[in-house]
Amino acid sequence: MIKKEIKGAFYIAWKDLKTYYLKAPNISWGIMFPIVMALAFVLRNPGEIKELIPGLIALSILFASTSAEAIVIVFERRTKTLERLLLTPLSIESILFGKVIGGVVFGFLISGVFLIGSVVFLGTSISNFISLILSLLISALVFSVFGTFVSVYVKEIFDAMTLANFFRFPMIFLCGVFIPVSSMPSFIRPLAYVFPLTYSVDLIRFFLTGTYDVVNPLIGVTVLIVYSVILFYLSVFTLKRRVE
Amino acid sequence: MNNVIEVVNLTKYYDNFLAVDHINFEVKKGEIFGFLGPNGAGKTTTIKMLTGLAKPSEGTAKIDGKDIVKQIVEIKEIIGVVTEDSNLYDELSVVDNLNFMGQLYGVPKMERERKIEELLKRFGLENKKNVKFAKLSKGMKRKVTIAAALVHKPKMLFLDEPTTGLDILSARVLRSMIRELNRAGVTIFLTTHYIEEAEQLCDTVAIIVNGRIKTSDIPRNLILKTKTRNLEEAFIEITGLREEIILAEKGGEINKV
Repeated sequence: MIKKEIKGAFYIAWKDLKTYYLKAPNISWGIMFPIVMALAFVLRNPGEIKELIPGLIALSILFASTSAEAIVIVFERRTKTLERLLLTPLSIESILFGKVIGGVVFGFLISGVFLIGSVVFLGTSISNFISLILSLLISALVFSVFGTFVSVYVKEIFDAMTLANFFRFPMIFLCGVFIPVSSMPSFIRPLAYVFPLTYSVDLIRFFLTGTYDVVNPLIGVTVLIVYSVILFYLSVFTLKRRVE
Repeated sequence: MNNVIEVVNLTKYYDNFLAVDHINFEVKKGEIFGFLGPNGAGKTTTIKMLTGLAKPSEGTAKIDGKDIVKQIVEIKEIIGVVTEDSNLYDELSVVDNLNFMGQLYGVPKMERERKIEELLKRFGLENKKNVKFAKLSKGMKRKVTIAAALVHKPKMLFLDEPTTGLDILSARVLRSMIRELNRAGVTIFLTTHYIEEAEQLCDTVAIIVNGRIKTSDIPRNLILKTKTRNLEEAFIEITGLREEIILAEKGGEINKV
């Protein structure tokens, strides 16, 4: 039974990757947006690009994992294909897990593009490769689940974008992507601790450079996992309520 | 067990609105059961409850002896459902859509491929198998949607308004397919607006009006009971639509507006 549910989730993820994620607009959005943001910063402060790498990788995961994820379920509700999925013997948990995996894989692939690019072109060194890969996956998980929650919660695609951006844009400036959290004014720091991007940037920084800015990496991993679990079950609960 | 569906006092409220009001009926194994009623009578809500898309507010129902609330996963494995909309994936080809559905129902690869080939042949879709779903005509989409509901070899098929919006030819082809499926042993639960379609296809019909079942019998008996010439007239009599029709013909609808 569990095997069937897991296989079903992976079939949904593979279908989503084929039909939604691996399309030119999504790929270009996932790659272009962080590059443009970084360029704007680097033009002002040339020579600091290397310091931005952890934040840029985390940002690429945030935008890649949430760009399609935040609208997939709203879109499928409109086309009634979500109803088609709900008619299968799979549980709502497995259906949503499949949706999350799609976002995780896409976010991870896009972050890989940035990682390889920074190693090849900027000579970025990696302190712990395996842990870095795990931190990319955990980051992709939390942002993909966030996208899923947005998608389940709203009714229209426009609302999904509005809600996703309500959280995404403040995160860009508050979570240590461009300015380390420790260098921020103390009254802003509590806000930074609320957002998962802070812990994602910090983890990636630690496994690239060996130093962290905000919290011990173990605490960072725990926070991201707790965020993922809470948002996932909130998504399951919300969708179940909608069905009933 | 002769009854494949047994419905007892099934009820559904949407907030304070009573959509389905304590309905009772049975569907026999191997029959085509027609569930008829005017728009908004509660047909789709009933199907949604029987297929796990909505939770009943009161009452119970069993499909193949299994409870629709407690054993819905087991029920979903043995039923196929074709909703009002052709709700497959536009971006996937016909064969990829069928394959995806088979995967979700856990049909093993070899069996799935064999079944898909058989369905493509039966529904005359062989030359369309690599065409994207979005590119198909409405009639073709309907056929593929029905085929997708059959990949896991269901014992029972729910068809919600299967011929609505189709041209005469496509509708005729679909009706003959429904008969063929039924001859192959699939019990069919059909809702339709087209009463002549129900008369041609159904062994038994139930008529629902304002969430309540008015009657359930074989079409011939309904015609005899109402002393009418055909099922359409019997339907008008039973649903009380005659007065509304006379009013509309006299322009009553316009006056109402």
